[in-house]
Amino acid sequence: MTEVESLLREHAPHVLAALVRHHGGFETCEDAVQEALLVAATRWPVDGVPANPRGWLITVAARRRTELWRNETARRRREEAVALLEPPEAEPPPDVDDTLTLLFLCCHPALTPASQVALTLRAVGGLTTGEIARAFLVPEPTIGQRISRAKQRIKASGAQFRMPPPDERPARIAAVLRVLYLIFNEGYTASSGPALHRVELTVEAIRLTRRLHAYLPGDGEVAGLLALMLLTDARRPARARPDGSLVPLAEQDRGRWDAAAIAEGVALVSRALTTTEVGPYQLQAAIAAVHDEAARAADTDWAQILGLYDLLDRVAPGPMVTLNRIVAVAMVYGPTTGLAQLDRAESDAALAGHYRLHAVRAHLLDLAGDREAAREQYRLAAKRTLSVPEQRYLESKAG
Amino acid sequence: MKYLIMIWHNPKSREIWESFSDAERAEGWRAYAELNESLNASGEMVISEALADPSQGRRVPAAEGQSLATDGPFPEVKEQLAGFFLVDCESFDRAMEIAGQVPESGLGLVEVRPILAMNGPDM
Repeated sequence: MTEVESLLREHAPHVLAALVRHHGGFETCEDAVQEALLVAATRWPVDGVPANPRGWLITVAARRRTELWRNETARRRREEAVALLEPPEAEPPPDVDDTLTLLFLCCHPALTPASQVALTLRAVGGLTTGEIARAFLVPEPTIGQRISRAKQRIKASGAQFRMPPPDERPARIAAVLRVLYLIFNEGYTASSGPALHRVELTVEAIRLTRRLHAYLPGDGEVAGLLALMLLTDARRPARARPDGSLVPLAEQDRGRWDAAAIAEGVALVSRALTTTEVGPYQLQAAIAAVHDEAARAADTDWAQILGLYDLLDRVAPGPMVTLNRIVAVAMVYGPTTGLAQLDRAESDAALAGHYRLHAVRAHLLDLAGDREAAREQYRLAAKRTLSVPEQRYLESKAG
Repeated sequence: MKYLIMIWHNPKSREIWESFSDAERAEGWRAYAELNESLNASGEMVISEALADPSQGRRVPAAEGQSLATDGPFPEVKEQLAGFFLVDCESFDRAMEIAGQVPESGLGLVEVRPILAMNGPDM
C-alpha cells in the first residue's frame, strides 16, 4: 500500500459519513466520495498531498455530489416533470466522525453477504471497485453491480444513517463481525504469486476490525475477532512455501511467526476473556493463542485446547467445531479415542461425506500407524476439497 | 463461491432444437437473454459464452506414442459442451437455481460444478 492509498483509506469513511450527515442520500454521496478518492489517487502523487487531506476530499466530494444531484434532478424533471424539493448545498459539510454508523449501514440485514462485503470495502474501507474486483477475482462490473444493488436495497429498506437502537445493536454488531471475518478469510490465501498485485484483504479486514475495536473497546467479541485475526495472520510468513504449497501448523518454522502480532492478540483475548461475556470469537482466538504460544509443536497444550473446544461446542456448536474438537481429543487421549468419536460424528448429516471429515480421519489413522487406510482417506479428502493449495497438500500426504 | 454451469448438447437435443419453429427458437433466445440480464443485475455473473459447433473445434494432436485418447476428436454420439455460465454466488443451491433457468435444464443437460479456490484453511 502506498502512502497516498493508506491516507485515502483512512479518510474515506469520515468523508462519506460527513457528506451523508449533511446532505442525506447515501447512494449519491457514496458515488461522489468514490469519485473524489479517484481524483485524489491520481492527483496527490503528482501535486503532493494537500495540507488538510480530509477537508480537500470533503470539498471535492461535496462538489461532485452537487453535480450528481443536479444531473439526477434534471433527469427526473425530464422524466417526471416534477420539481425537486431540496436545493443543492454549496458549502462543504462539517467533518463529523461516523464511521461506526457507516459500518452498520453497509452491513444492513437487507443486503446479501456478498453485497455487504463489497459495500463495506468500498464505503468504509475506501477501496475502489477495481481493487475489490481484483481481490475477489471477478470482473469489475460484477462488483459495481453488487454495490449499486446494495445501495438500492438500503434505499428501499428505508434504513437511516444513524446508530441502530440499543436493542438491535448486538445483532447488528454480529453482522458487522461476520462481514469482517468473511473478508479476512477470503484473503487468507496460501498462494504467494498472484496475490502480489491484489489488495491484501487480510490487512484490510484487520484494519477495519481494529477501527471497530477502537470505537467499541468494551465489546468482547469485537476484541475476540481482532485477536483471532492477528493470531491467525501472525503465522502467515510460515504458512506457505515459496512455491505456494501449504505447511501444516505442526511443521511450520515458528521462528518466522510474527511475535508482535501474537503478543497483541494474546493481550486482547486475555483481557476480553476476563472482563466480558465469553463468545465464539474469543474462544477461537484463545485456541489460536494456545497454538501460537507453544515454542514447538510438541509443546502445544492440547488439554487446554480441548477445554476451549468443549466451551465452544456449548456456545456455538457446529460441524467444524465437532471435527476440530475431535482432533484435540485425539491429541489428549490418543488417536483410537479420536477415531471412535469420529465414527459417531459421521452420523451428522452436515459431516457425512465432508472432505474435512476424511482429512481428520486420515490424520488420526496416520497417528495410529495405519498408513494404508490413512492414504485412502487423504485421497478421498483431496478429491472433495474445493481449495487448490489444500488439494495439493492432501495429495502429497496421500503419497 | 464460483460455480461453472455447463450446458451440454447431444444429437437428441439438437434434433429438438431443429424441429422448433422460429417463434419457439426466439423464445429460447429470450430466456437466455433474460437469464444473462438478471445475473448481470444481481452481481453474480462472471462470464458466459456460447461455443461454436463441435465440428469447428480442433484438438491438439498427442505426441507420438503418447496417445491416451480412446475416442476420436468429435464423436457424434457423445454429449458436447455447447456453452457455459461462470457465476459467483452464495451457495450451491443458488447455483442450481440459476442453472434451472437455462432452457436445456428441462432436458437434463445442464451440470453445475464448484470452482476450486486459491485460498485454503489452516492444516
